[in-house]
Amino acid sequence: MVHGAWFWLLGRIDLDSFAFVRAWREPSLDRLIAAGAAAMVVLGAIAAFAIITRMRKWRYLWENWFTSLDHKKIGILYIALSGVMLTRAVIEAVLMRMQQAVAVNQPGIVKPEHFGELFSTHGSIMIFFMAMPFLIGLINYVMPLQIGARDVAFPLLNSVSLWMTVGGAVLMMASLVIGKFSTGGWSGYPPYTEMAFNSGVGPDYWIWAVTLSSLGTMMTGINFAVTIYKSRAPGMHLFRMPLFCWTSLCVSILMIFAMPPLTVATALLALDRYLDFHFFTNDLGGNMMNYANLFWLFGHPEVYILILPAFGVYSEVISTFSSKRLYGYRSLVYATMAIAVLSFTVWLHHFFTMGQNADINAFFGVATMTIGIPTGVKVYDWILTMYRGRVRFTVPMLFSIAFIVTFVIGGMSGIMLAVPPLDYVVHNTLFLVAHFHNMLIPGLLYGMIAGYQFWFPKAFGFRLDERWGRIAFGCWVSGFYLAFMPLYVLGAMGMPRRMAGVFQSEYLPWLLVAAVGGFLVLAGLVALFVQLWVSIRRREEASVPVGDPWDARSLEWGIAAPPPEYNFAHIPDIETRDPFYAAKEHGTAYDPPRHYDDIEMPKNSKVGPLLGIAGAACAFGLVWYIWWLAAAAFVAIWGVVIARSFVRDIYKTIPAAEVAREHQRWLSQVAAARGIPRELETTPANQGLAEGAAA
Amino acid sequence: MRAGLPAGCRSLLLLLLAAPLSACAHSPSFFQAAGPVAAEQRDLFWIVTALLMLVVLPVFIGLPYVLWRFRQGNRQSDYRPTWDFSWKLEWLVWGVPVVVVAILGVVLWTTTHRLDPYKRLPGKSEVRVQAVALDWKWLFIYPDQHIATVNRLVIPVGRPVHIDLTSDTVMQSLMIPQLGGQIYAMAGMRTQLNLKADRPGSYFGENTQYNGKGFHKQNFETLAVPSAAFDAWAAQTAQGDRPLDRATYARLSQESVIARPISFSAVPAGMFDRIMRKYMYPEHKPVSGPAGDEAMQ
Repeated sequence: MVHGAWFWLLGRIDLDSFAFVRAWREPSLDRLIAAGAAAMVVLGAIAAFAIITRMRKWRYLWENWFTSLDHKKIGILYIALSGVMLTRAVIEAVLMRMQQAVAVNQPGIVKPEHFGELFSTHGSIMIFFMAMPFLIGLINYVMPLQIGARDVAFPLLNSVSLWMTVGGAVLMMASLVIGKFSTGGWSGYPPYTEMAFNSGVGPDYWIWAVTLSSLGTMMTGINFAVTIYKSRAPGMHLFRMPLFCWTSLCVSILMIFAMPPLTVATALLALDRYLDFHFFTNDLGGNMMNYANLFWLFGHPEVYILILPAFGVYSEVISTFSSKRLYGYRSLVYATMAIAVLSFTVWLHHFFTMGQNADINAFFGVATMTIGIPTGVKVYDWILTMYRGRVRFTVPMLFSIAFIVTFVIGGMSGIMLAVPPLDYVVHNTLFLVAHFHNMLIPGLLYGMIAGYQFWFPKAFGFRLDERWGRIAFGCWVSGFYLAFMPLYVLGAMGMPRRMAGVFQSEYLPWLLVAAVGGFLVLAGLVALFVQLWVSIRRREEASVPVGDPWDARSLEWGIAAPPPEYNFAHIPDIETRDPFYAAKEHGTAYDPPRHYDDIEMPKNSKVGPLLGIAGAACAFGLVWYIWWLAAAAFVAIWGVVIARSFVRDIYKTIPAAEVAREHQRWLSQVAAARGIPRELETTPANQGLAEGAAA
Repeated sequence: MRAGLPAGCRSLLLLLLAAPLSACAHSPSFFQAAGPVAAEQRDLFWIVTALLMLVVLPVFIGLPYVLWRFRQGNRQSDYRPTWDFSWKLEWLVWGVPVVVVAILGVVLWTTTHRLDPYKRLPGKSEVRVQAVALDWKWLFIYPDQHIATVNRLVIPVGRPVHIDLTSDTVMQSLMIPQLGGQIYAMAGMRTQLNLKADRPGSYFGENTQYNGKGFHKQNFETLAVPSAAFDAWAAQTAQGDRPLDRATYARLSQESVIARPISFSAVPAGMFDRIMRKYMYPEHKPVSGPAGDEAMQ
C-alpha cells in the first residue's frame, strides 16, 4: 500500500500497477502476454504520435477532424474508433478460445484471473466500444443524408458524445497498461464487484468506462431523435423515410429510455464502492437483485439498439441489390416499432433462474417469444424483396444473405432460451454464449460490415476492393460457424461459460474446432484491413465521383461522393418514397437547382475533445483515488461547459457562389461520366452513374 | 445419374447431426436425463425444436430458391421492380409466426408451471438438503440427519429431494444437468430446487455463475444410491468424528478449492437459517465479522 505524499499525488498507483513491472518481476507466460498487450497499446500510441508529428498532420487533424462538428466526420471517427476496439476484442476472443482448447486437464496459457479480465474486457468492449460506436457512426453518417438534412439537430452535442465515448475507450486501453481490469464480466454483477470481494481498481475501471460511454450514448439518442423529428427535408413524411431512418428513430428512442437505468446502476455501484453505501451488498439491506433488474432494464433494449440499425442496413442493401422496391415497407415499419416497444417488457428473461414464481417467469417467457413475431415478419419481408427482383451478389449482399440464414438459427436458440424450463438447464452455459453471438455477429456485425461496404464509396469517393471483400466474407462466415456451433453442443453438454480450465476430456474436440473458428474470424478481420489498404492504393480506378455506384434509391446517392460539407447544394423537395430512384426514372436526378443560397453551418468547436479529455482524466483519477486529478478534471468539465455558453459566434456562412461553383463542377463530372449497366458495377467502368439515370 | 446427395456430402451431413448427439451421450448433459425433471426438459427441447421448424424451414428452403431463381444472370425470371405488397402474403407473413408463437406460448405456460423448480415433486419420504454456496465449493447440509458434506451430494434414488439454497459469499448457481436445475443462490435469501433421480449413478454438478479464480474448479459429484444405502450412509456419517463446529466452518468458508469431498457429523440445528439470517438482520451482527461466526452460536 502507498502512503503520504505519494498517495496524495498518485493515489493507489505503485510500481506493481504496471503490467511491465509485473512481467519483469515474474516473467511467466501469463504476465508476458499481459505485458505484450500493454506494449501494443504503448507502442501503438507512440507510433501514431510519431507518424502524425513527422507528417506534420496535428493541425490538420485537429482542425479538420477532432474539432469538426460535421456529422459525416464524426461518423467516420466513431467507426475508426470501433475498428481499433474491434481489433483488440477479437484478439482477446482468440486468446480465450486458445485458452479453453489448451487448458483441458492442465494449466492453460493464461492464469484464471487473467482469463477473467479477458472475458470482461472482451464483452465490455464489444458492446460499448465496438458495437455502439459502429452503429452510432453509421447512423451519424447516413441518416442526415437520407432525410435531406445538412447536419444533426445538435452538432456540438454530437461531438461531445463522440469524445465521451473516446474517453471511455481510452480508459479501457489504459487498464491494459496500468492496473487490472474487472473480472466481473460485461454485466458487472454485484456482490462480486463490491468492495468486499473485489477491492482493486478493476471494477472501478469498468464502472467509469461504461458510465462515460452510456452518458454519451444517451445524448446521441436525444440528438438523433430530434434530428429525425425536426430536420427532415420538405415533403419527407415519416412514411417516406428509408427504413434505415426508421430503425435509427427506434434506436434513438431506445437509447433515451434504456441508457439511464445503466447509468443509475453503475452510479449506485460506485456509491457502494466509494462511499460505503449498501445498494447491492450482501449485508445491511443491500440487494443484488435490484442491480440485475436495473442492468437488464437497460440490457435488453440494448440488444435491440444493437440489432435494429443492422436491420435498417439490410433493408437498404437488399432492396438496392435486388433492383426492386422494399417489400412490405409499412409492415417492416410496424414490426420495427413493435420490437422497440416489446424490448422493454422482457428484461426478466435474463434471470429466470433467480427464483421468481412460475407466473412471472411464464409471463416474461411469452413476452419474449412475442418479439419473435415481428422479427420473423422482417425475415420474410426481406426474402420477398428479393422475390421477383434481380439479385446481385456483391459483398454487402453476401453479408445480408449470410445474416438471414445465421440469424434464423440464432432466433431458434433464442426461442428455446425463452422457455423457462429449458433456460434452467442451459442458462449460464456456452449454449447461451453461442446464442447471443449467433444473434449479434450476424445481427449486428455483418450488418455494420455490409453498411460499411455499401456506403464507403459515398463517404470516400471510391469503391472497396471486391475480391478482398469476398475473402473477408468467407472468413467471417466460416469462422463464425466453426467458432460458435460447437459452443451450442458444449452448452448442451453442460459446460458453463467463463471457464478458465476444463476437466472433461470429452469437451476437447469441440473446443479445438471452436479455436480454429476463432482464428478464421481473426483472418476475416485482417482481410477487412487488407481490403481497405488495397482499395486505398487503387482508389483511382475504383473512383465513383458521381456518387451512385449501386443504382441505389435514397437521397444520399443523389449527391457527390464524397459529399460536400453542407450535404445538399439545394435541399430537395420530397414527393415519394425512394426519391432519388424516382428522380432517375423521370430523368431529373441531376438537374441543377434554379438558384443557390448562402448556407449556414456550425463552426468547429474544441468543446468536444476538451470534455473527452477532462472526462477521461476525471474517471482515471476516480479509479486510482487521485483525488486532486478527479476534482480538477470535474471543475474543468463544468468550466468548459460554462465558457461555451458565452460563445456567440458559432455559425459560419458558406457563400452561394462557392456552393454553386462546387455543385457545377460536380455536375460537369456527371455529364462527363458514362452510365453503366449493373453487370459492370464492380469494374473500373463504374464512375457512380447508373445506366439511363442522367437521361 | 443417381439421385440424391453424393456419398461424401451424406456422411458429412450425418456427422453434423449425429456428432452433437453422441457427444451429449458421453457427457453430463440433460440429454442423458437421470431424473424426471431433466427428462421433461429434454422432451421439451425436441417439442420446441419441432414447432420452430414451421417457421424456420420456409426460410431455409425459400431463400436459396429465391436467390437462384431471381439472380441477376437469369433473364428468364419474372422481374417486377415495383411489386411491393400483397395482402395474401401479408396474412401469411404475420399469421404463421403468430400461430406458432401462440402454440409455443401455451406449451411455455404449462411447462413453466409444471417444471417450476419450487414445486415439490410427488413421492414419499422426501429428503431435505440445504445447500450453501461458498467460494469455491458447495456445502450440503442434511438437517434431518444432522450431517453435512462438501462437494458431494448423496441422494436416494426414487425419493424426491428438496434443496434450499443460500450463499455465504457472492451469487452462485447450482446445476446438475442430468437431474435438472438450475437456480441461483444469494446471500440473505433462500431459493429452492426440487429434483429426483430415477436411477443410481454419479452425476456431475456445478456452479455456473462466475465467482472468481477458482470458479472452473467448483464442481461436485452427485451420488444417487438406493434408498436403503442412503439411510445407511447417513447413519454412518452421523457416527463420524468430524463435527462441523464454528472453527471448521470459518475455515471452510474461506476462499479455497477442495480437492476431495468431506463429510461432517454433528451439524448444529438451524445452521442454514443462521447463515442466511446473518445478512438479513443487520442489528444482530457486526458489519464485517468473518463469515459463519454466528452459525455456531
